[in-house]
Formats: sequence, C-alpha cells, structure tokens
Amino acid sequence: MPSIERKFTLKVPSSTENLALIREFVTAVGRQAQLDEPEVSNLELAVDEACANVIEHAYGHDITKEVIVRAKFDDESLRISVIDEGLGFDPGNVDQDSVEQLMHDRKSGGLGIRLIKKLMDDVSYEIVPGQKNELHMTKKIRKS
Amino acid sequence: MANPFAIQTSLENNLSIVALEGFVDAHTAPQFEDAIQKAVDSGSVRIVVDCEKLNYISSAGLGVFMSFIEEVRDRGGDIKICGLTPKVKHTFEILGFQDIFEMLDDQQTALRRFSGS
Repeated sequence: MPSIERKFTLKVPSSTENLALIREFVTAVGRQAQLDEPEVSNLELAVDEACANVIEHAYGHDITKEVIVRAKFDDESLRISVIDEGLGFDPGNVDQDSVEQLMHDRKSGGLGIRLIKKLMDDVSYEIVPGQKNELHMTKKIRKS
Repeated sequence: MANPFAIQTSLENNLSIVALEGFVDAHTAPQFEDAIQKAVDSGSVRIVVDCEKLNYISSAGLGVFMSFIEEVRDRGGDIKICGLTPKVKHTFEILGFQDIFEMLDDQQTALRRFSGS
C-alpha cells in the first residue's frame, strides 16, 4: 500500500520569542511521524537552530518578517524546510574550525549549523536569489 | 508562549553559582550571558553552572560557555558544569564540550572540585 504523505506549515513573526512555539510544532510533528523521543529531541534542536539563524542573521531581528517552517513525512522520512526571504546564508560556507579553536578565538558563531549537520541525516540549501532561501533537513524514520 | 526560563545567582566562599532552569535558547541566552558577565566583572572567576533544572539548551546557550571560558581560565578560574540531565548532556557532547569543560554530577561535587578536595 502506498505511503501517505502528510504536510504541515507554521508561519511566525521573526522573533526569538517564537522559538518556543516552533519547537512545540516540530515536536508534535516528530511524534506524529513516530520518531522515538531522542530523535524528536534532535529534531527540535536542529529546527530551533535553523530558525534562530534566520531570525538573527537573515532577518536581523526584524519582527515584520516571517519565518516559515514546512514539515512533511511519510513512512520513510520526515523533511523540515525552514524558509525565509532574508539575506542568504550557505551553511556549506561555515568555517570548520574545531570547537577548541573557536573557543580560543572567542568565537561562538557556527555552532548552530554544526549541530544541525550532526543531528539530521541530510541537510541541503536552496537559494532563489532575491526571493527566498530554503534550508531542507531530513530525518529518516527508523521503525523499531 | 511557554518558554519558561529562570536564572539564580549566588556567591558562596568566593565561588559564583549560576543555576539555570527551563529553556536556554536564542531568546533567553542573553540573560545567562549577563549573569556570567556580572560574575566575571565582579572578579569572581570560579563559576559553577548548575543545570539540574535545565530542560533544554541550544547553541545560543553553549556559546555563552564558549565565549567566557578562556578569559576565566586566563585569570586563574574555571567554569564547571553540574547536574546535567541525560538529554541536555547529549547536546553538550555532540559538540565535544566534555573535552573542554568539567562536568560534575551535582553542585556539591562541583564546589568540592574548586576547593581541591
């Protein structure tokens, strides 16, 4: 029997105050997709990091902008897309200094994207210049 | 929206204890940063961050540890982390914080580490 795809969308003003709402949204979707609790926690953190990047860097805390979180899942995988219309940011360009080196340089930036890459099974980025940026994060669903 | 966060700071035998409760994310991390900054500014560089009631931390909170640790150690102090729940500890460990920071089971153990016993 073919797997049914389910889709969800959350759109919130670009404020860090809304990170809690975003986390509740992805936690609910992750549980509905039957991820186990450690995987739900990983998903929650990865999406929080992605949205915080958008709010702080792509939109520069401009609350008139919107952060869009799209989720879809079937029996095989759950994909979350974080969409913004701000300044493009390619996670592939984040420097890969060790955490010790970042500490030495007193830099704390770049930790978020490292976490996203470690927490999710696949991460990709799509830029439509002048229109929108989409960060896609995929988590495979492992049935126990 | 529920985003409970509380922070309590105290001074005990010239040690600063910063107790975190709830969720540390990009919204609440600035309060954590302020607390550490105040401790450092007051000359207290022996700091225990008690995470027993911490439910969640994102990189914004981890970045606070990162941005102060070298200065604190350069001045002869340290930041020790205690009371981490398994879920929160996992977040620290993903980035290898266990190689940089001493993580103790509870506040008393962390305080004893500073006193050298």
